[in-house]
Amino acid sequence: MASVLKIILQRLALGLLTLLVVSMVIFGAVNLLPGDFAQAILGQGATQEAVEAIRDEIGLNDPFFKRYFDWLGALATGDLGVSYAQMMFATGMGGTTELIPITTQIAPRFYNTMFLAGLTALIAVPVSLLIGVLAALYRGSVFDRVANIFTLSSISSPEFFLAYILILFLAVQGQMLPSLAAVEVGMPLGARIYNSLLPALTLTLVVTAHMMRMTRAAIINLLASPYIEMARLKGVRPMRVIVKHALPNALAPIINVIALNLAYLITGVVVVEVVFTYPGIGNLFVDAVQNRDIPVVQVCCLIFAAAYILLNLTADILSIVTNPRLRHPK
Amino acid sequence: MTKAASGPILAAAIALLVALDRLLGMPVLAPLYALLQTVMAPVDWIATALGTATEGLGGWRWLLWIALLVGVGFGFRRLGQIVTSNRPFFRDMTAGVAVGYVLAAAAILWVLLNYSRAFSSHGGMPDTYFFFRLVLHGLVAAFVAATLFKLLGSWVGTAGSRKLFRQMPGTAAFGILIILCYAVAAIFAGLIAPHGQAAIFPKANIIPLVPEAMGGSPDFPLGTDQIGRDILSRLIYGAQNTVGIAFVTTMLAFALGVTGGFLAATLRGWVDQALSRLVDVLMAIPALIFSLLLITAASSLFDGSSLTVAMIVIIAVIDSTRVFRLSRAVGMNIVVMDYFEAAKLRGEGMFYLIFREILPNATAPLLAEFGLRFCFVFLTIAALSFLGLGIQPPLADWGTMVKDLGQFVNYAAFLPQYAMLPLLPAGAIALLTVAVNFVVDWMLQRSSGLKE
Amino acid sequence: MADQSEWLVEMRGIHMEGRSDETWTPIIKGVDLTLKRGEVLGLIGESGAGKSTLGLAAMGFTRDGVRISQGSVTFDGIDLISASAETKRQLLGKRIAYVAQSAAASFNPAHRLIDQHAEAPVQHGVKRRSEAEADAVDLYRKLRLPNPDEIGFRYPHQVSGGQLQRAMTAMAMACRPDLIIFDEPTTALDVTTQIEVLAAIREIVAEFDTAAIYITHDLAVVAQMADRIKVLLKGDEVEEAETRQMLSNPQQDYTKSLWAVREFQRPQKPAPAVDATPVVSVQGVTAAYGKIDVLHDVSFDIHQGRTVAVVGESGSGKSTTARCITGLLPPRKGQIELDGAALPLDYRNRSKEQLRQVQMIYQMADTALNPRQTIGEIIGRPVEFYMGLRGGARRKRVEDLLEQIELPASQYIDRLPSELSGGQKQRIGIARALAAEPKFIICDEVTSALDQLVAEGILRLLARLQDELKLSYMFITHDLATVKSIADEVVVMKDGVVVELGPKTEMFTPPHHAYTDLLLSSVPDMDPDWLTRLLAERGIENIGDAAVGKMH
Repeated sequence: MASVLKIILQRLALGLLTLLVVSMVIFGAVNLLPGDFAQAILGQGATQEAVEAIRDEIGLNDPFFKRYFDWLGALATGDLGVSYAQMMFATGMGGTTELIPITTQIAPRFYNTMFLAGLTALIAVPVSLLIGVLAALYRGSVFDRVANIFTLSSISSPEFFLAYILILFLAVQGQMLPSLAAVEVGMPLGARIYNSLLPALTLTLVVTAHMMRMTRAAIINLLASPYIEMARLKGVRPMRVIVKHALPNALAPIINVIALNLAYLITGVVVVEVVFTYPGIGNLFVDAVQNRDIPVVQVCCLIFAAAYILLNLTADILSIVTNPRLRHPK
Repeated sequence: MTKAASGPILAAAIALLVALDRLLGMPVLAPLYALLQTVMAPVDWIATALGTATEGLGGWRWLLWIALLVGVGFGFRRLGQIVTSNRPFFRDMTAGVAVGYVLAAAAILWVLLNYSRAFSSHGGMPDTYFFFRLVLHGLVAAFVAATLFKLLGSWVGTAGSRKLFRQMPGTAAFGILIILCYAVAAIFAGLIAPHGQAAIFPKANIIPLVPEAMGGSPDFPLGTDQIGRDILSRLIYGAQNTVGIAFVTTMLAFALGVTGGFLAATLRGWVDQALSRLVDVLMAIPALIFSLLLITAASSLFDGSSLTVAMIVIIAVIDSTRVFRLSRAVGMNIVVMDYFEAAKLRGEGMFYLIFREILPNATAPLLAEFGLRFCFVFLTIAALSFLGLGIQPPLADWGTMVKDLGQFVNYAAFLPQYAMLPLLPAGAIALLTVAVNFVVDWMLQRSSGLKE
Repeated sequence: MADQSEWLVEMRGIHMEGRSDETWTPIIKGVDLTLKRGEVLGLIGESGAGKSTLGLAAMGFTRDGVRISQGSVTFDGIDLISASAETKRQLLGKRIAYVAQSAAASFNPAHRLIDQHAEAPVQHGVKRRSEAEADAVDLYRKLRLPNPDEIGFRYPHQVSGGQLQRAMTAMAMACRPDLIIFDEPTTALDVTTQIEVLAAIREIVAEFDTAAIYITHDLAVVAQMADRIKVLLKGDEVEEAETRQMLSNPQQDYTKSLWAVREFQRPQKPAPAVDATPVVSVQGVTAAYGKIDVLHDVSFDIHQGRTVAVVGESGSGKSTTARCITGLLPPRKGQIELDGAALPLDYRNRSKEQLRQVQMIYQMADTALNPRQTIGEIIGRPVEFYMGLRGGARRKRVEDLLEQIELPASQYIDRLPSELSGGQKQRIGIARALAAEPKFIICDEVTSALDQLVAEGILRLLARLQDELKLSYMFITHDLATVKSIADEVVVMKDGVVVELGPKTEMFTPPHHAYTDLLLSSVPDMDPDWLTRLLAERGIENIGDAAVGKMH
């Protein structure tokens, strides 16, 4: 057991290190490039003094590493800074209004995005596992082939295409679900689910397809193992072969599949939130990108990257924990 | 033999019927529709009756449906056992499979029922079944086209290509056909397109696919957009721009990734370590997010077409990390082969090792990966354009078109043709990626089949 | 039990087919197989003869993509062809059991051995869980597994290959079946381990009077195990007879040729002159993978025109020694001399001329030839690279080399490796080595992946080339029959150490080092009484891993 613990601690440390390096890449990518954001904030007509004042205020005149560590230090204390849009607004008002920090801006949106991802996972994981296992068991059958064509198509389609198709059939023609995902703070759970069901279904289509194909591949791979043949040759019931012999070994690949696809959700969520104008981080991120609002872009990017790293790390650790070779060392 | 021939015969029959009906004006389809309606009428009646009878149950109705399905499944199996006097097919059938058969039959009935309903309410104006019929017709057309194309391929060409076509699944034939069509459209866009991609005509918002009396125009078969540009032309030019740019980006990503991957595999040591760690870090940020971040940074330096070039480079670099991973893994598998060791011990140089020993043996997986990467890049660019950060105007591009026309999807209830507008470019993107994925899937199956 | 015929298993006119692409190709072409209660039938043949497929069909089981197209299979009066899936399932594990080739892959890694052992008896309702476990420990003891009370509670990866194979035999015995199919149970094992497993299987099958079908490609093994032997060739039956009769008096040409293989033997060459400079001299080589030493102070010489066989089981350091000589693994200590001059340790520092003199022939001809190059390119490259020949001169030289390895040049020069048989590929590997015109060739298990007749041809070719071209060979092998037929000197290795070395004749006459003795005595003879005699001579405690353990 000690060796497993050691491996897990190593992975955790590695994940933390990766996150640190990634934060440096994210900060550096934006800050090392030439181009004057102070000018961008104030617009072309601004006076030289005003630009200089802003530069000083947001620290653009400091050396790179000082800025990076200042930023990192602030992040660690939960201070995500103030968006340029807020600053511009404040400058316009003559500096009298209160600045709303990014933390306040992001918190409800973060919750919304997590809610959407969670809802998607809740639908997608059981459905895709079921279809994947069935397709593997009856591989080569009509069911398998139809599932293959269907999943390949939905993987290949851009998210906005799937979104429009769903809007078309479920919102406009079926009148079953709202096409705009109006989600607010303090909404009852039922209404919240109802309003975010369409974006969740869109994401489900994409993620289910990925997950189902990976599950199918993992199970087929597993069913070809000599020990499964051995179980059949021992006269074990087909159901028991699956439950007792295949499943314990399928756990690691399936966990991996789920984690990888939840990580994939992170990318998918951006486009889907924009299509449905869902008030989540993805939408905020795209707005910030369009307005070149650097502090917001950086923070959003870091949140996405952190979630991505965390999920991959979880998959890694769970697959170590479920591996009998590591759990029962020689 | 009969089973193999049934597909082509069905496809040819459908093609013949449609051609007779539409091209020669012989009314052969109408009686078929009438027949379908007659056959479906009792089903329709039963379905409606069941629907009304169980209305009071509300959400619990689903339980009843499931119970019915299971019951019919067991009955079906028992009946089969009796009728075939316990043949192995029915004797060894599990309950789940029996229910599966019944479920499939129910699904087919549902489709036929809706299709027959689509015609009973068919008037002059498009109705609620417009899109349902469109999808079904599209699927049948795809089946017919793929089957006939496959048939053609197995008659024409060299012995090798004929054999390839004979063994190919229909989906792969469909994929190849579509890719060919896109290639033609992309290469000859200037010749095919009726108008220029940026040309603006005074009449804006011409409705697609309807006679002139209802606001259409034969000059603009797919209508014009809000500022009066011909949508058909922009779609065709979009093939050139969107596909072309994605192709260039993928090539660039491959040049970078394959070189790095093979170098890491042959040199090992610190080169491998350095490249691999770099790639690890770059891959720790989701690709779309990272490209958005970098494009934000680049947008303060470039604009217009140079921003498009910057986007190409950014996506290529980000994507080359995935190519690096694969080509390194493939390279590693080849490097441990005895023939590679023999060449190494002969004293061969790096150039010979990479280009004569590794590359020829890596083409199959790399080609498949090229297809997948192309799809990924293509979808990323489309997503970026959709978010307004990809290919910049005035170039016509499908992602941007979807963004511009997106609002029309809400017209679907009363003007389905308008709702087609955003679906056309979005569908064009989906169709190509689906086609490429079908071909890649077949290639991967073939290469894994050879190993066994 | 209506039909109590004399046969336990009766297969008549079996035709089997396997699917490739969309067509079905025959694998078994009309074979009859019958087995009495308590009888052991040996099923032998080369790879691809269809013996495993036939063995599984006797259980009424076919793998995916295989089908029985004609014929009948009856087990104790039950027609297995028309039986329902449920009827067959009731027989499997309970009355018919299976022992697979790779025990490591056939045990489920997620469960303990005893859980897997108890599964069949509990599921079939033969025994209760506690009885099954007690019985398992009993069987483990009978099969002489170390720590029988405790070994069942381990996971498969915690147990060695030879022990797993015995645990699997125990598992097959769990319901005391009427029939066990042994599918090459010892092929993946080292000879000293194999003998232990063979002894254990034979004893337990005899004790419970179980009928068995023993599938193998090794004649000497089957001679120890079977009452009757059936020989298969490419899906056809060649002949069948009682073991003794089959060994002493084979009827068919093919069977005779199988027996004849072992007769090729080169005469012992006179000892080299005392002051002669060896072509290759390995001097005090110690080498490590990472931080762990795998070779310890290995030294031996190879003289011109002679063959040194390096013998040992897997993990003994034979191949590592070869990697040190070629420079792929630079030794930590010691050096390699070529013609009396020290070679740079790393191959990257060696001159083209030095690289040319040391060539290699590999075990797996499949991976040794670049599948994307034609035979002409494969052999032509070293011709061009070392000799500088191009165009017509290069082609002429390639044709000469193909003649030398007895393949008609015009027919083979433009083919790809995938179009050749295993033996032909191995010949191309030899031609590629010859193309460099070396002094010294390392042959790494060159015959172990080949069927016996083909291997014989390769050995004769190598011997002829040695005489013609004055080549020196280092012959890495685990097969002592090969050593007997081709070696001049023998080096015995174990755990990275040279245990014994000397001329072949000395090596095969006692007294030996204890390990050499064990190794030699563990190689089965083509004599049905060999195992019985050996067990009587040495005692059950002095064979296999047990004996190796005592040496320390």
